[in-house]
Amino acid sequence: MPINYYLILSAILFCIGAFGVMFRRNAILKFMCIELMLNAVNLLMVAFSTVWGQAQGQVFVFFIMAVAAAEVAIGLAILMMIFRNIRSTDTSILSKLKW
Amino acid sequence: MPISEILFWFLSAVAVICAMLVVVVKNPVYSALCLILTFFAIAGHYFLLNAQFLAAVHIIVYAGAIMVLFLYIIMMVNMHGNMGFTKRTLFEIISAISAGLLLLVLTVAGKQADLSQLTKSAANIGTVESLGNSLFNEFLLPFEISALLFLSAMVGAVLLSKKQLS
Repeated sequence: MPINYYLILSAILFCIGAFGVMFRRNAILKFMCIELMLNAVNLLMVAFSTVWGQAQGQVFVFFIMAVAAAEVAIGLAILMMIFRNIRSTDTSILSKLKW
Repeated sequence: MPISEILFWFLSAVAVICAMLVVVVKNPVYSALCLILTFFAIAGHYFLLNAQFLAAVHIIVYAGAIMVLFLYIIMMVNMHGNMGFTKRTLFEIISAISAGLLLLVLTVAGKQADLSQLTKSAANIGTVESLGNSLFNEFLLPFEISALLFLSAMVGAVLLSKKQLS
């Protein structure tokens, strides 16, 4: 398949993820949409790496997956702390730093 | 139409539809299950792109580890009454418009880019052998640093989830 199709597919997936981050107020759903955005970028990186015939892009994708796993572990631990304090995961309640 | 093209369109449709369902479905458990389907479709794309190792790692890490963690947290966090939808219609409209504009910009930029001279190279780079060569020669230092990152993430997760810090 031509690389342009992958470009557009990743753009669509990334924008759905960005829309979800803005649209949903639940912090867990926001996390899922961030994972979706990361995966859109991963897909494009693999596509370009295959087209160029060089392995660096796929190694980067490997590192992105590792960092995403660490990020999810920490983020969900923070989420549990928030839930323990305010008994909710609604991000619109967490507005103490807003002026 | 060759079989790889049919597979491409099928996997793309599954990925996009399930990604939309993740955002709009009310129940967070269904969102997580749709996200797992999206990940499987993306793993299929990796197979189509000859990246077998990444496809396997993607399924193991995302569908196997990350989504289990998500489902576990959804189970622990009781979310009845609040499904995370905005009540403010203005906010909904603004987020939809901005996401649409982002899509427009990305699509136009992708259309304008001249990528016609790029064709699929014959080199088989997605195998474990070639990726391992690259990872342990060229990217050895980042690999070790990511090990440190994992250690700190593990310590941090344990520390954060303790009842109270002494």
